[in-house]
Amino acid sequence: MAQSQGWVKRYFKAFCKGFFVAVPVAVTFLDRVACVARVEGASMQPSLNPGGSQSSDVVLLNHWKVRNFEVQRGDIVSLVSPKNPEQKIIKRVIALEGDIVRTIGHKNRYVKVPRGHIWVEGDHHGHSFDSNSFGPVSLGLLHAHATHILWPPERWQKLESVLPPERLLVQSEEE
Amino acid sequence: MIRGALGKTFRLVGYTIQYGCIAHCAFEYVGGVVMCSGPSMEPTIKNSDIVFAENLSRHFYSIQRGDIVIAKSPSDPKSNICKRVIGLEGDKILTTSSSDFFKSHSYVPTGHVWLEGDNLQNSTDSRYYGPIPYGLIRGRIFFKIWPLSDFGFLRDSPNGHRFSDD
Repeated sequence: MAQSQGWVKRYFKAFCKGFFVAVPVAVTFLDRVACVARVEGASMQPSLNPGGSQSSDVVLLNHWKVRNFEVQRGDIVSLVSPKNPEQKIIKRVIALEGDIVRTIGHKNRYVKVPRGHIWVEGDHHGHSFDSNSFGPVSLGLLHAHATHILWPPERWQKLESVLPPERLLVQSEEE
Repeated sequence: MIRGALGKTFRLVGYTIQYGCIAHCAFEYVGGVVMCSGPSMEPTIKNSDIVFAENLSRHFYSIQRGDIVIAKSPSDPKSNICKRVIGLEGDKILTTSSSDFFKSHSYVPTGHVWLEGDNLQNSTDSRYYGPIPYGLIRGRIFFKIWPLSDFGFLRDSPNGHRFSDD
């Protein structure tokens, strides 16, 4: 009797020990290093979700690259939506602070991006809720940098940081 | 002997990673101790006071008017600001000083909050940079632990007239 009780107690202790190691490490990894996410919507066609609702792409989100809020023009990034904090949106960075953007459908024709902000747009203009609707977004809302498409397997690729031509009016002089 | 030293190093690294991850989870999902600097929240929080901040309200979206929050600065994501929430989305905010003759109001947009420091004369807040997105809020400050003469839950705003009354 005593022997089997001892076995249960040892197993329980080992389980608790493993649990308190594995869960914080996994949560920290998913929050700080990288995670995966499924992309919904058509705002980034044709780069992401070209098949529409038939097949959603799954992308690798890299938190480590944006830990110092360093992004380049052309990067595809995920950020907290400024209009709905419960939602994350995925868009391409068009302009950094100091740049002047020629907008599409914004109330001002030309916008200078303020300090600490970026201008993001979806590749599918007209079907995208982006900076043309809500203006420049603060870098503090930046969540991750989408680096690769992981699924479906035929779309396995590295996402390039390509700036669509003629989106940017004037680049800021700093480098 | 080398194997002993290597084993010890690995164990040390393992413990560091483990406790680092537990600390990250605690700060991110529960709360932590914060030291505030600057005069913008006087007399409620003075320079170099140490307070306790909780992050549960942010995750459950239960930040209310009158709460003191820590948020990322909209113009510098690496620094934090500590202000009181005056208005939530949809609230009507007085954007000019109450002593001005021509008052102007504006509405806080969806997904944003309006922040003001308690020390209205010496605070750079939403009156300067506009409403900030809710996603920038990091946590809610609710308890002061230093100096001991001021230990306890934090006072209500001394600027009650700034809150909308509808």
